[in-house]
Amino acid sequence: MADTEGKALKVKEKAEVTTPAEQTRPGLVFTPAADIFETDKEITLLADMPGVKAKDLNIDLNENILTLDGDVKTPEGENEVDVIREYRTGKYYRQFSLSQGIDQSKIDAELKDGVLRLKLPKVEAAMPRKIAVKTS
Amino acid sequence: MIWRRISGFPTWDWTSPFDELERMRRDMDRLSEGLAKGIFREPRAGVFPLMNVTEDKGNYYVRAELPGLKADDLDISVTGDTLSISGERKIPAEDKKAQYHRREREAGKFSRIVSLPAQVDTGKVEARCTDGVLTVVLPRAESAKPKQIAVKTS
Repeated sequence: MADTEGKALKVKEKAEVTTPAEQTRPGLVFTPAADIFETDKEITLLADMPGVKAKDLNIDLNENILTLDGDVKTPEGENEVDVIREYRTGKYYRQFSLSQGIDQSKIDAELKDGVLRLKLPKVEAAMPRKIAVKTS
Repeated sequence: MIWRRISGFPTWDWTSPFDELERMRRDMDRLSEGLAKGIFREPRAGVFPLMNVTEDKGNYYVRAELPGLKADDLDISVTGDTLSISGERKIPAEDKKAQYHRREREAGKFSRIVSLPAQVDTGKVEARCTDGVLTVVLPRAESAKPKQIAVKTS
């Protein structure tokens, strides 16, 4: 991606969302920024989810709706007092509807340094299935 | 009295019709003040990355969300009471045949300096990057630590 290299990054606030179902636990919900691209064989999804640990990330594919749901633990310690607060933390939630049939048995998810990489190989649609997250 | 009963108005004092307006004005003021001071309008430097700075008795903690960055990609330095962080976020090129549906993640260089409220012990600063969140722990310098002063009784 040579066209984006060397450019200065601009401040981008996290986009807050309201999830379709009401939250059981109060807290903020953000949309993770995502890249999605497709080759002949597969669809790849990259999502920025800083602060999410692999065990707190749920990926679910059901009837062609892909749901990403990542929980973030408050990073601050108990005795810490705010001096400057420029960003807020909360969970990440986003849904995508996939048009192509995906081979659910071959879905591969990897979370590394707060970036999720999800490989969705194309095939006929199959039964819904939970997707395990690998730690790097 | 008749008019009041007919129109069904609550019995506020007719002699001061501006009281109600005044009350409404105060409510509006409070509302706009709340919005301006609230969490939605925090002061921001407008420089990437956004940072949260917290403190406890002994340390300052600076945090920033930098997904995809490793500790090696960052250049962190401390002098006295300023912390500077710079680096570059790279998004490696994908397969040339790849067709993009979405491209929301951004790559680029950044550098930022934050002034801390007090001097820090530059030799003991620690930084780590976990799950795309950078945490810099800066212990306060001895001179900047709060000291308890004993009051002598004569």
